[in-house]
Amino acid sequence: MEIAAKLAILADAAKYDASCASSGGVQRDSSSGRGLGSNEGTGICHSYAPDGRCISLLKILLTNYCQYDCLYCVNRASSNVPRARFAIDEVVRLTLDFYRRNCIEGLFLSSGIIRSPDYTMEQLVEVARRLREEHDFRGYIHLKTIPDAAPDLLRRAGQYADRLSINIELPTQQGLAELAPQKDGAAIKRSMARLRVQIEAARGEARDASRAPTSIPGARPARAAAPAFSAAGQSTQMIVGADGADDAAILATSAQLYGAYRLKRVCYSAFSPIPDAASALPLQAPPLAREHRLYQADWLMRYYGFAADEIASPRTGGMLRLEVDPKLAWALAHPERFPVDLNRAPRELLLRVPGLGVKAVDRLLLARRVRRVRAEDLKRLHVPVAKVLPFVLAADHRPARSALPSPTAAPQQAALF
Amino acid sequence: MRVQLASETDLDGFRREARALLASRARPAQVEWSVEGGQEDLFAADETVMEPQGPAPALRVPPAFVELCQHVLLHREPQRFALLYRLLWRLAHEPNLRHDPLDPDMLQAREFAQAVRRDIHKMHAFVRFRPVGDAGDGAQPLHVAWYEPAHRIVEAVAPWFQRRFANMRWAILTPDACVEWDGSVLQLRPGASRAEAPPPDAGEQLWLTYYRNIFNPARLKLATMQKEMPRRYWPNLPEAQLIAPLAAEARERSTRMIEQPASTPLRRIPIAPAATTMLPPEGLPRLNAAMQQCRTCPIGALATQAVAGEGPLAPRLMFVGEQPGDQEDLRGRPFVGPAGQLLERAFAEAGIVREEVYLTNAVRHFKYDLRGKHRIHKTPSQQEALACLHWLREEIALVRPRALVALGATAARSLLGRSVVVRAERGTWLARGDGLQVLVTLHPSALLRLPVSQQARAFEEFVTDLRRAAA
Ligand code: SF4
Repeated sequence: MEIAAKLAILADAAKYDASCASSGGVQRDSSSGRGLGSNEGTGICHSYAPDGRCISLLKILLTNYCQYDCLYCVNRASSNVPRARFAIDEVVRLTLDFYRRNCIEGLFLSSGIIRSPDYTMEQLVEVARRLREEHDFRGYIHLKTIPDAAPDLLRRAGQYADRLSINIELPTQQGLAELAPQKDGAAIKRSMARLRVQIEAARGEARDASRAPTSIPGARPARAAAPAFSAAGQSTQMIVGADGADDAAILATSAQLYGAYRLKRVCYSAFSPIPDAASALPLQAPPLAREHRLYQADWLMRYYGFAADEIASPRTGGMLRLEVDPKLAWALAHPERFPVDLNRAPRELLLRVPGLGVKAVDRLLLARRVRRVRAEDLKRLHVPVAKVLPFVLAADHRPARSALPSPTAAPQQAALF
Repeated sequence: MRVQLASETDLDGFRREARALLASRARPAQVEWSVEGGQEDLFAADETVMEPQGPAPALRVPPAFVELCQHVLLHREPQRFALLYRLLWRLAHEPNLRHDPLDPDMLQAREFAQAVRRDIHKMHAFVRFRPVGDAGDGAQPLHVAWYEPAHRIVEAVAPWFQRRFANMRWAILTPDACVEWDGSVLQLRPGASRAEAPPPDAGEQLWLTYYRNIFNPARLKLATMQKEMPRRYWPNLPEAQLIAPLAAEARERSTRMIEQPASTPLRRIPIAPAATTMLPPEGLPRLNAAMQQCRTCPIGALATQAVAGEGPLAPRLMFVGEQPGDQEDLRGRPFVGPAGQLLERAFAEAGIVREEVYLTNAVRHFKYDLRGKHRIHKTPSQQEALACLHWLREEIALVRPRALVALGATAARSLLGRSVVVRAERGTWLARGDGLQVLVTLHPSALLRLPVSQQARAFEEFVTDLRRAAA
């Protein structure tokens, strides 16, 4: 098969994976005159697809043959899609060529499971090895690891890749058992645990190396570079809307994953119709609004100190409201916590005000050291003033009780199926 | 008063002139900025020279301000010099300005800088090289790109491309300026025209193939896309020609997917059997495998794995802790976290070899509370310990230790079948119903929680208990 035809099939097969970010990792470039590429820590989105998602990496499968039969997956063994398989060098050449054209930051490589998890993982590692060792490639590499692959393969993968990820796929064990009978939720967690242990061990070594005492005072310590292991951490993806799990279950699982395995990101991917879909999944347009709210909720957990069950819990129906963002929803449900005084409240409270982001809050904190903050200052912070005002006190502003948006609007949620 | 700078992006010139103007106390409103060869030369006649009047006010600007100037100067806004000079003037005369993050002039400057930074970022992303002149003579092809930045950023961006493509010969042509890298020197030249850029090649077709296929038609979101990739960049992005046709057929493609009935699978690929819970034949391996599946109490579902005991069969001592901690949960081995390390130190003092004793826990899964990103150990309830007890019983029966050591109250209760006040009963041999002897002592993590002043003493007492157990 021609390379273009393979690329068409194997890019098509990879497009349902939401992860794409290319940020983090070891800083490096090729200005020493060797190698190709650089990674300066901030991801670059080189293009955007008409679905609004960024293209920063060449995201492809090594092959879409797969002996697993996960019902939500276009590549499952029982689907009739056309199949293809790249030779290892084809992937290497494509990556280098697109990279030189400045179309991508690097490679995101995944694969259907062929022969065995170990065999598949070995192939993925070999692509990364050739890129790094034979072509001295310094761009970004993200490998999808195959759960249950041997610990040693995971270790080698981590040496070449900036980021490793293992998909949790579905928020509950039960969902996984129903829709992905060959996947073992416990094995996925064990792999994530192994990764966290190795990532932290490598960071620990790097820290110790940089602290190593030097014999000559003032001289630069001569030290071997500590091995970087998946320096940009690990991430995962969860498919939303393919099983019956509600938002509370999803966020609780995410919180656990962040806590247990120190994931950098959980990506939420609204389950979208796939060609040749399994009959067990009645299809409809993907719940994109729900996906969006989940991302916002996830953000609140990672940067605003919200606990998962403050945002969505079984007590309140288990679903995020679709018509308002989760922070506003929380504020409306907790009128007793407002208004918050812009001139006095601690950072944690300011962060809970709908419409105030981390940056705006930090600027407010600076500003109020030199003077009283007034309502008009909010305009200059580029925050949605009308949204913020009902929740705050300022030197010249006191919200009327009735100004709060009515919390009575019935919660609406996209029907699953 | 008119001041002329050598070029539109002449930062050094601007700093020099601005310092002189400040020294001569030239008010911002009196200064007109222009650029050599620029079009703002209309009133070149009214040249007034100001004499310095007394010592200039000492001006120290925040370090970030210099960086701000760097970016603002690259903006195409003609008023940028005047704005920056006004800010400098005000920094010199209004002590509070540097502490006010909401000052309108400052915000304006920041906005310009932000626009320039964004433009720089977009140039990193949207420059597309095309290889030319692969003459087959072994010389590397030259990679050429045509690009139209919103601001005057070419020179500022060039080093980034140099770092990234140090080994490649490349050139970026823009209407303002061109930059070329031959592998050793970065050269800046005057602007070029689009006609000088090379045409598409076969490799670019592959890129278009990728772009076409990575798009998911069921998720069309053109507005989101345009926010990040505004139309002004489209003419120079080869893949942008695909946006309209892809968008046009998206609805039809996704409707087809939704309406298509599920087909009968051809099953050319053998489906792997589901990971069944095939138990190993017998003994401890079987017990440990079965434990992994246990969800009798709610702890099981939240932990990574059940942590099996570890050690030789028929040991002199079997140590029973409370439950795995964070590290034990991740590694699947007992006593490998901080408490485990403390225990090993105590072992060394008491003359116990870790490999010669058996280590296990009363409860097999890690119970915790999430506090932000941290899992905080939580003591298992009596009910949970009870639910888990049968694993310990069966393990004892299989391991056949000669005696038991209970580390902490949970372990003591599980082993003795009654509540135990550790402080009161520690350090003596107690008998179990089945005749096995149990020595109770603290859990090492209890030592870790003591105030530092009490730790040394408590450690000594702990070692004393262990010595007694080992005697
Ligand atoms: S803690 Fe014990 S009882 Fe609870 S699930 Fe785990 S093994 Fe089963």
